Amino acid sequence: MARYIVRRLIWAFLMLIAVSGVVFILFYVFPSADPAQLRAGRQANEDQIQAIRESLGLDKSVLEQFWIYLKGVFTPLDLPGTDSHGPLYFGHSYQSNADVKDVIFSDLPATVMLTVGAVIVWMAVAIPTGIISAIRQRSLLDRSTMITTLVFISAPVFWLGLVALYLFAQDVGIFPIFPGIGSYAEADSFLSKCATMILPWLVLAAATAAIYARYLRSQMIDVMQEDYIRTARAKGLPEKRVIGKHVLRSAITPIVTLLGLDVAVLLAGNAILTETVFNIPGIGAETFNAIKRSDLPMIQGITLFGAFFIVTLNLVVDIVYAYLDPRVRYE
Amino acid sequence: MSSAPLLEIEDLKVHFTTDEGVVKAVDGLSLEVREGEMLGIVGESGSGKSVANMTILGLTRASNADITGRISFEGEDLLEMDDEELQRIRGNGISMIFQDPLSALHPFFKIGSQLVEAIQIHQDMDDGAARAHAIDLLELVGIPDADRRMGEYPHEFSGGMRQRVMIAMALTNDPKLLIADEPTTALDVTTQAQILRLIERLRKELGMAVIMITHDLGVIAEVADRVMVMYAGEVVESGTLDQIFYDPQHPYTWGLLGSLTRVDQPRLARLAQIAGQPPSLINPPSGCHFRNRCPHEFAKCTEHPLLEQRAEGGHSDRCWLPPDRKKELRVVETGEIGLEAKESAA
Repeated sequence: MARYIVRRLIWAFLMLIAVSGVVFILFYVFPSADPAQLRAGRQANEDQIQAIRESLGLDKSVLEQFWIYLKGVFTPLDLPGTDSHGPLYFGHSYQSNADVKDVIFSDLPATVMLTVGAVIVWMAVAIPTGIISAIRQRSLLDRSTMITTLVFISAPVFWLGLVALYLFAQDVGIFPIFPGIGSYAEADSFLSKCATMILPWLVLAAATAAIYARYLRSQMIDVMQEDYIRTARAKGLPEKRVIGKHVLRSAITPIVTLLGLDVAVLLAGNAILTETVFNIPGIGAETFNAIKRSDLPMIQGITLFGAFFIVTLNLVVDIVYAYLDPRVRYE
Repeated sequence: MSSAPLLEIEDLKVHFTTDEGVVKAVDGLSLEVREGEMLGIVGESGSGKSVANMTILGLTRASNADITGRISFEGEDLLEMDDEELQRIRGNGISMIFQDPLSALHPFFKIGSQLVEAIQIHQDMDDGAARAHAIDLLELVGIPDADRRMGEYPHEFSGGMRQRVMIAMALTNDPKLLIADEPTTALDVTTQAQILRLIERLRKELGMAVIMITHDLGVIAEVADRVMVMYAGEVVESGTLDQIFYDPQHPYTWGLLGSLTRVDQPRLARLAQIAGQPPSLINPPSGCHFRNRCPHEFAKCTEHPLLEQRAEGGHSDRCWLPPDRKKELRVVETGEIGLEAKESAA
């Protein structure tokens, strides 16, 4: 197991280098605009642009630039002969001139809070819904639940978000049922930040809760056909224990895999729509701004960070899976 | 034959409503099992033998299942019980083991915890005592190094060892009746013999009754006291082991016997087989359900025969052929019992 993890970590590192290569090619070799021009702003003359080009190293060969970029990102310490930016140097934002790394770290708490809360909401909704639908299969309750989930899966997040704001937000909504909802950026205590998150959590969780509920339902229905569930019943186990222990234990295992990847994707900034609609200063909103302004170092940094979350959580999922399913053993 | 039977089934019908029609999986089954007795139930896939036995423990209850009749166990009617009352019987008074021991054990739980769970459902025992009991049971069914193996998962056991674990689990609460549903089908031949010998030994040691369900007459040849042959949801022949093996009355039984490889008979050029497919349980042939596969069909066969005593000594069957005609048809020159008798005689 330890050897497996070490090997996976090495692979993860190589994967990140590969991702950074792809990102580098996408944004530097096929630029949508001249980076020096973007950095210099609108009123710059040719000399200034040339000076910026040199200071950013854009006059060097592509390979050399990539090497400098890689060194900046992956050199863990300020080694002699390296630039003194510290590790994880993606460059400075063209827009604000801030270190990309610092911007990402300051955006991260909002995104983490949004993600964690949404995960709690969607699991809390999906697990009971999935179980009840599975054991009351083809009942009116099951059918109406499954239709409702279909509605939420089909509803686009930006639409759902705007509807939620229109209906429930304290300042603009017509049914302001959640008190204290305001702007995340203005909330000062943890609790008031949580209050501003209620609507975003619900909106972000809606579609995923629906998908998970349907998935859990179909998993449970499959597992209930298994011979070992018949064995559990034949032992004389009460139906509650059969479902709650024997069926759920098997049905939930693939959900864990799904969860790990969904969390990674959200941390990587995939809550762009939710963060934009609710004006939450997280990674997603930052991505939106960076793309809007062709802020290449920012986009690069966020992309590589996202790749880091996905690679890491993939590894975590695989390790957790080995504990959940004893038949899986890694060599 | 003086005491009341341990298990008594009267006119059990298990019908499932499906989109294609009503599947009559079991259609009027009656049987008795006495204490300590082994009853063999033989039939091919889809004859209703598994459904009937799962119905004893209420495992076929579903919204589309229509179950009628009476199943009396120690004087209580199991069909009248709700699920909670049945849970008291399941794994306690009546235990069951299944065909494929790999899929019958939960893959994510250790053997030990599955055994301890089975014990603690029915007995008020603390973890330590239940564990000790579980280890005793594993040793009883012949699993070496039981203490260590308690901590292993089902996939770490071989097929035969898994079936031993299933048997140990079935024995946890000293059942009066063990239902073994094709317990050896998924095992290789040498392991089959071991498992059968184990079940036979435990039956004698523990004094429990056994219903042995199989499609293979060879499995019950040594161990059953009585045998019932099922076909298309009905019993077509019922008698003692000797009656079924040495004086079979129903052409379907002849077919089953003819398809056995036997070392006490001259070797045949090829094994006899029963022509055709098992009938649809939705729309079985009118009259005798076997008649469209039977080489001896005659005019009377369009009438549905009842299970009646047509030979001596409690030996009953559902075939219209006169007893002496049966003897004539089933005995052919080489001495084997086969369905192809008519063709070779002609």
